[in-house]
Amino acid sequence: MKSYVAPEYIVERDQDRCIRCKVCVNQCSYDTHCYDEEDDCMISKSENCVNCQRCATFCPTQAITIRENPNHYRSNANWTQEVLTGIKKQAETGGVVLTGMGCDKPNLTYWDRILLNASQVTNPSIDPLREPMELRTYIGSKPDKLDLEMDQDNGVILKTKLAPQLQLETPIMFSAMSYGSISLNVHKSLARAASEAGTFYNTGEGGLERSLYKYGDHVIVQVASGRFGVHPDYLNAGAAIEIKIGQGAKPGIGGHLPGEKVSEEISRTRMIPLGTDALSPAPQHDIYSIEDLRQLIYALKEATDYTKPVFVKIAAVHNSAAIASGIVRAGADAVVLDGVRGGTGAAPRIIRDNVGIPIEMALAAVDQRLRDEGIRNQASVIAAGGIKSSADVLKAIALGADACYIATAALVSLGCTVCQKCYTGKCPWGIATTDLWLTKRINPDIGAKRLAGLLRGWSLEIMEMMGGMGINAIESVRGNRLLLRGVGLTDKELEILGIRMVGE
Amino acid sequence: MKDLTRTNNPYGDEKVFDACSIFGMMNLKGERFSAKDPVRAIANMHDRGNGLGGGFAVYGIYPEYKDDYAFQIMYLDRETKKQTDHLLGESFNILNEEEMPTQPANVRDPPIMWRYFLQPKKSRTRTQADDDYIIEKVMRINTETGKAFVFSSGKNMGVFKGVGFPEDVAEYFCLEDYKGYMWTCHGRFPTNTPGWWGGAHPFNILDWTVVHNGEISSYGINKRYLEMFGYKCTMQTDTEVMAYAFDLLMRRQDLPIEIVAQILAPSLWTEIKTMKPENEIAMSALRQTYGSLLMNGPFTIIVAHEGEMIGLTDRIKLRPLTAAEKGDYLFLSSEEAAIRLVSPMLDRVWSPRGGEPVIGRLESRNGVDVLAQEVYGR
Repeated sequence: MKSYVAPEYIVERDQDRCIRCKVCVNQCSYDTHCYDEEDDCMISKSENCVNCQRCATFCPTQAITIRENPNHYRSNANWTQEVLTGIKKQAETGGVVLTGMGCDKPNLTYWDRILLNASQVTNPSIDPLREPMELRTYIGSKPDKLDLEMDQDNGVILKTKLAPQLQLETPIMFSAMSYGSISLNVHKSLARAASEAGTFYNTGEGGLERSLYKYGDHVIVQVASGRFGVHPDYLNAGAAIEIKIGQGAKPGIGGHLPGEKVSEEISRTRMIPLGTDALSPAPQHDIYSIEDLRQLIYALKEATDYTKPVFVKIAAVHNSAAIASGIVRAGADAVVLDGVRGGTGAAPRIIRDNVGIPIEMALAAVDQRLRDEGIRNQASVIAAGGIKSSADVLKAIALGADACYIATAALVSLGCTVCQKCYTGKCPWGIATTDLWLTKRINPDIGAKRLAGLLRGWSLEIMEMMGGMGINAIESVRGNRLLLRGVGLTDKELEILGIRMVGE
Repeated sequence: MKDLTRTNNPYGDEKVFDACSIFGMMNLKGERFSAKDPVRAIANMHDRGNGLGGGFAVYGIYPEYKDDYAFQIMYLDRETKKQTDHLLGESFNILNEEEMPTQPANVRDPPIMWRYFLQPKKSRTRTQADDDYIIEKVMRINTETGKAFVFSSGKNMGVFKGVGFPEDVAEYFCLEDYKGYMWTCHGRFPTNTPGWWGGAHPFNILDWTVVHNGEISSYGINKRYLEMFGYKCTMQTDTEVMAYAFDLLMRRQDLPIEIVAQILAPSLWTEIKTMKPENEIAMSALRQTYGSLLMNGPFTIIVAHEGEMIGLTDRIKLRPLTAAEKGDYLFLSSEEAAIRLVSPMLDRVWSPRGGEPVIGRLESRNGVDVLAQEVYGR
């Protein structure tokens, strides 16, 4: 069948600059470029290009330019290029249109319409280069009060036994990305960077490769509906356990790792036969209601002798506040909220762009609900899904999060250009792939350095913003919504966010 | 037009900003002394205020009614007084009541001031402790009409405050006629309120008073944390959250002041790391558990209740506090000059470190305590 789908991008090559070095040929995993020996010229097949910019970045003479295809269907606010292309693709394949990464529509972002405060006159701003500025954060259940003993000889002694806590030196963690959806080298980079920065990386649902067990103190192990790679050693290897109920990019559906990506190492780690599809069921089949969740939480606590906090991760959906309240009452030490803009290795585009709600609203509603019910201390709240800067992190904390998860930003620091083709398994940047030819493009030494650099840079920026507000400990930002003002928001939006309008 | 004299924070700014002078003077033997020295001292710091608020808390002031709750209430009109009297009559046995004695002075628009000595009515159905009963009634009076305000509700103590410089407020209330063993004083420089009598310091509930110089940058979360424990922050001032934090931690959770100081102005993580392991665990747990009560931003407070006066600054000391001793007297002040004015030759004068509480207790209990090294291990 003749495809009516037009190429999305046009690859242009400046033949005067091109030296026929074939770097582009080697770098592209989509066979966009080839060399014609007879004519000694380079040929580009634009229809294969995904605009990942790998070739352009590595071209030694900057001979390559990639442009959006200027051929457009007649402009139409409803029947857009994307809509028409999607329909044609589906007509030709009879399938679901897949995509990768998070929702790319602009209308679901609130961070950019929330502004932070700064001190002027009535209290002094603090200079983080000269004064202490504390970002340390503890994730876990806190009591409402402590029992202590105090005397002159021994000082203050704690009598209450605290629930297990994770100690973070910066309130940013790496979110769940499974081994299989991303490569071992990326996992190594994440594990090392988390260890260096004093924070945590999340294994995702694909288990933990044996060679990474040594980073266990900085690992959160995930238990998802497929139970891939879940066994007692795995549960005890990490510092915390996360039960994945849902994911912001695809609430209500499970994961799908195609058999081609299930290599020998992945089959061993996931404990599934080589080359078989790894399909996570949509629900956890032992959790059909909240009382079942409680059983799984306590099964995992029993399995790890109550030494590790157990997180429950849900996609941000309409009733998140009530669901989160149930999760806390079921005994979770932390609730993870993943918003509609959260990324994925593969999801149906229709679900990614239409299901779930923005993290800002879900976070604000959950934090307030837990406070209204007097149970906010019982669990930490972690925000995820579309956190793209240090300002987003700080705004999330001021709305009520204890910490944030980042994943897309972490991958971008490794080279990802958010081309949204992760589901093909051919990531030319060597990230979302298990092809050994491609995965070696990530050197874990360099990867760890880049990720740690990102964490450090964001942490410094957070300190600067806190100092400007005259605050020297992150706990004074957490849930402090008076530090925020909204712009271009309706009364109802402001009400749900629990913030005032600028100028108020 | 809004009646700006009737509400605190009439513009609905999130909190009242003020800078101030504060002064505290205590006789550690419990001997009562007159208003002369405290008033002179706070007047000496005249330029730290702007005439939009001054006030005093005096302890040991009503020995003849020492077991009764002394309510001092501001009324904006006679009608409200009638309503409130009815409520008081239902809930309390009124032992005595009188209009508070005042004299003409340079103060602005004083409301009607009334003083009552009360005992909660006994009832077989009431399970609440007296103190909780009092708090409930005070909150009710203060929120019900918007025109009555209980500004003093403790036993054997009284708060006197209003709009004017503190020396003028003292004159208005005839403070020269009173004696107490402990006085805390406040002169106010609000930036955004034209001055409401109820908005002046000290803030009071039961026999707890707070005078405060500073702005709490963490107010937003302090308030939300306290709301989880049933406190209603209606006045939109950061001083109010300070008072409720003390009530929660000291009265309801029974934590000693040394621990409370660590919660409000905790040691830095780098300091905690150098403590003995068992202290490190306890201090870390305090920060983990009570992080939302850390008072961030510049403040100095003098908190007082029966028999005890506590001075505390924020942990990096962004507002001044000087402490001094002379004989049986303990002084706390924004400026040393104010102390020297009333007691030129001091036995000891020092600047407490940021976050380090200075505690004066009646000698029958403990005397003066400066908490540092030995208690926290820092």
